[in-house]
Amino acid sequence: MTSDNAVEAEGLIKNFKETKALKGIDLAVPRGSVLGVLGPNGAGKTTAVRILATLLRADGGHAKVAGYDVAKKPSEVRKRIGLTGQYASVDEELTGRENLHMIAALLNMSGRSSKARAKELLEWFDLTDAADRTLKTYSGGMRRRLDLAASLTGHPEVVFLDEPTTGLDPAKREDMWDVVRDIVKRGTSVLLTTQYLEEADALADDIVVINHGEVIAHDTADKLKRVVGSQTLRVRPSDASQVDAVNTILAEVATDGAPVDEYRPGEYSVPVVDDSALATVVGKLAAQQVAVTELSLQLPSLDEVFFTLTGERQRPTADDATAGEEQEVSA
Amino acid sequence: MSTASVTHDVEVIQQGPFDMFRHSWVLAKRSLVKTWRTPEGLIDVTLSPIMFTLLFTFIFGGAIAGSTADYLVFLIPGLIGQNIAFASVGIGIQLNSDMSKGIFDRFRALPISRVAPLLGAALGDVVRYVLLIGIMVGTGYALGYRVTTDPLSFLAGCLLAILFALCLAWAPMLVGLIARSERAVQGIVFMTLFPLTFASNAFVPTETMPDWLAAFANANPLSHLIEALRMLWSGGDWHAPVGWTLLWCAVFVIIFAPLAIRAYNRKA
Repeated sequence: MTSDNAVEAEGLIKNFKETKALKGIDLAVPRGSVLGVLGPNGAGKTTAVRILATLLRADGGHAKVAGYDVAKKPSEVRKRIGLTGQYASVDEELTGRENLHMIAALLNMSGRSSKARAKELLEWFDLTDAADRTLKTYSGGMRRRLDLAASLTGHPEVVFLDEPTTGLDPAKREDMWDVVRDIVKRGTSVLLTTQYLEEADALADDIVVINHGEVIAHDTADKLKRVVGSQTLRVRPSDASQVDAVNTILAEVATDGAPVDEYRPGEYSVPVVDDSALATVVGKLAAQQVAVTELSLQLPSLDEVFFTLTGERQRPTADDATAGEEQEVSA
Repeated sequence: MSTASVTHDVEVIQQGPFDMFRHSWVLAKRSLVKTWRTPEGLIDVTLSPIMFTLLFTFIFGGAIAGSTADYLVFLIPGLIGQNIAFASVGIGIQLNSDMSKGIFDRFRALPISRVAPLLGAALGDVVRYVLLIGIMVGTGYALGYRVTTDPLSFLAGCLLAILFALCLAWAPMLVGLIARSERAVQGIVFMTLFPLTFASNAFVPTETMPDWLAAFANANPLSHLIEALRMLWSGGDWHAPVGWTLLWCAVFVIIFAPLAIRAYNRKA
């Protein structure tokens, strides 16, 4: 293998009749890392995953997964990948254990290793108690976990997670995130698609933003956020009489002398260039004995990043409130 | 989530030319387990055949053959042919549901032959056909039907019927893979099967039909199977009908298997 990338795609094109699903996208997942592919419904995320997982043939471009060309050596690729789709692709009428045994048998594992592997995966995914119940009795979260376990049965080098948390409630989503982090810790490379901006932020080393079949940005989460503009420093003085002192301090650190803005009643904000502004402000507030109830430095949310890149608003998600990254300091 | 340590030494059975059959067998076992878990899915091969046998024997027996006992000799092979054809819709529905539930995506992303999921589903259906034939002949016996040849001929008839069912199944499999809903599968398959089963020698001698219909009924693959069963179980020269039945089996597989495999590769 000559490349350090677990997944490498160049110029992938896919057309469905009149629809241009992919217009030549490039993707790379460095070995052992997580690439987040972020985009709205219909952006082409699933199409890209299906091409990389050998379920679809690209109309143009080429891709290598685990060192093998997906079009020329699909069976070599299939030996090395795990795929978890948007809908749990497991058999509802079989038990959790039977599902895993079946996958193991199809991967040519011996009876003994397939039993051992199923047991190990069921323990890992907290499904031991439910192992011998049919999937009909499983909750949505349990099905997703079993689905992921099934994808990991053959120790794949590369795992594709196509919207692994769509439809899960926030608590279940975070459980899933822990599992993904766990997989990566064991050396597996992951390509994850998501509509949740904060999911990409939480899991991915690199993020590719795609829209209408095109890559419109590729960077780390932090750098992407900076694309949008500067960070915002917010202060809420506990005593309204100290508003002037706060405004003076904020005006000193503001980018290019930008005016202080009353963000919400009693809360003042200025754009700042870098993280050191926070420390400066804390120092000055302490020196002048100004008490504050809230002090935060905020990066713009990925939602805003997306808006800046595409000019399209994302549909609101349940967790948008937590999408912004905050560094809170109590003073 | 616990963090049990994961070992990577997995005993893998050597890959070989028999993988396709081994994988088909794994997937056939999946069908069998499902059949076992949802016995109500067997109604079309258990209760329906009994109902058909009773209805046809007592409603048509007197009119068509003069007596119910005489009609049974004619009817039981005919009903087996009809019910085998009707039961084949099950596999189309199963494949359609596998496809819509996404489990085929899982199979297609595994390093297994693309034929295995289809062959596995067909093999898993054998138990349904065995049940169907057993129940049909059993009901017939209760009403006075008797196989008058020898056990070997009876067994040969059973095997021929099962083989026919497995070959015919590729057609509903193809429908299952291209139709957009389970309801559509049912509609398409039954719409084809009703004329096929009634415009045959299953219930009435084809001589009573108008010429054009008799010509169709005599060429009907089901008629050949039914004729073969009558000869094998009640005596007569079975060579020609058995030969025609086998030929039709080959035709079904040659036409529908490649189309079904192609549909599976494309879609799923």
